[in-house]
Amino acid sequence: MQNNRSTLFFKNKPMIIGNYSTVGSKEGHGNFSKYFHCVLDDDKFGEKTFEKAERKILEHTLNHAVKGANLTMDDINVLVCGDLLNQIISSTFAARKFGVPYLGLYGACSTMTEGLTLSAMLVDGKYVKNVLCGTGTHFSSAERQYRNPLELGNQRPQTSQWTITGAGASVISSEGVGHYIVSATIGKVVDYDVKDVNNMGAAMAPAAMDTLITHFKNTNTKPEDYDLILTGDLGKLGSEILIDLMENKGYNLRENYCDCGHMVYSDTQKTHQGGSGAGCSASVFNSYVLAKLTDGSYKRVLFCATGALLSTLSSQQGDSIPGICHAVEIIRNEKVKKWR
Amino acid sequence: MDNKERNLRYNKYVESKVPKTKEFPTLIYAFVVGGVICMLGQGITDLFLYIWPTMSLDEANAWMLIILIVLASFLTAIGVFDMIGAFAGAGTIVPITGFSNSITSPAMEFKKEGIIFGLCVKMFSVAGPVIVNGVAISVIIGIIYLFI
Repeated sequence: MQNNRSTLFFKNKPMIIGNYSTVGSKEGHGNFSKYFHCVLDDDKFGEKTFEKAERKILEHTLNHAVKGANLTMDDINVLVCGDLLNQIISSTFAARKFGVPYLGLYGACSTMTEGLTLSAMLVDGKYVKNVLCGTGTHFSSAERQYRNPLELGNQRPQTSQWTITGAGASVISSEGVGHYIVSATIGKVVDYDVKDVNNMGAAMAPAAMDTLITHFKNTNTKPEDYDLILTGDLGKLGSEILIDLMENKGYNLRENYCDCGHMVYSDTQKTHQGGSGAGCSASVFNSYVLAKLTDGSYKRVLFCATGALLSTLSSQQGDSIPGICHAVEIIRNEKVKKWR
Repeated sequence: MDNKERNLRYNKYVESKVPKTKEFPTLIYAFVVGGVICMLGQGITDLFLYIWPTMSLDEANAWMLIILIVLASFLTAIGVFDMIGAFAGAGTIVPITGFSNSITSPAMEFKKEGIIFGLCVKMFSVAGPVIVNGVAISVIIGIIYLFI
């Protein structure tokens, strides 16, 4: 079957030996507040512009992920990184500072799993030993690029999501102690002709469905085999759509399924459908999910970050929104004692 | 095509899932806030006419507009206007306060990219269409007016 080729099995078990997450103050008041490593009081992080702040948040996160793995930047063989700004400037400018071989990614909000997949491939193939992988977003810089000026007095549509301010990074290595990345499914670009830029969840849900079904088929598993199936930023509406779509195909996602975007903010924070952005899944994965793997609450997690591959130009020209989703399967390593 | 039908079906399904805006309360908020702004405007005009009885109504209205624009601009600058706007919707957008906000907010936002290429270029990125349409329609009406 053609789909078989899109799931990769990592025989040498690459491990996540270091992780770190940084978020802004709004996210710090959300549901995962106690799991994040660093919560900023100042959304500008002492910088003059939001773009510079995003870059600094990413640098800070990457730096601390490496420290957490008891390594230095010199030990990192490749940095795999991406973000949402035009020409992925946050990643590139962060990489400029580190002087580490760098691969820039653009997978919209799916960047974290795209990065994890590539990192695991590099390590599993024994090309390199340590790979640093991360991504981050900033609410204000994304809002400036994709939507309206911040101080514009308009109402946000009911289907809209809130790009989170935050970043997450992991160190993937062949040596050390960490949870194992055992397989990954590379997603296809899927487009169901959704054109509403304020309803990204609906645009991305079919891509998530496609990747999930491919992964289940190729690994001969069912949703019940996982302790947690986690999508990136479908939001409340998008995750409900995904549950329905999967049910139509004969898969029951109701028990152990959850969405980072839906969960990251509390209901009182008035974000409508929840969080979004590459930093959303990255920060939740690198804090809450790895913490729960460490304390034994989860043993097998399927992490599927989802991305909407549009630009302001394409949507203004009337194009629909293509979605993508990559899935990474992580298995608990009992030897991991502390998650910070 | 098979996909076309699938996409149509999916979009229809999504539409049925989308949460609807609660029309009744938002109408009330917009009406109250918009009404307060209009009352404030009328109050300012009356005040001007009361203080300077010789002033014409047109001039008093012009001053009133200037004051409302400056006020909205000021509220935008201190970061209050967007909160009122999120609550009131069309109540603040339709009066001249919305126009003021739509020019001030991009001007503030893009100042970091420089005065000329940031502020001056992007200042009308939101209000631009309003100005273009206003000018174009006034020209058309002017031409019609010439012949009747």
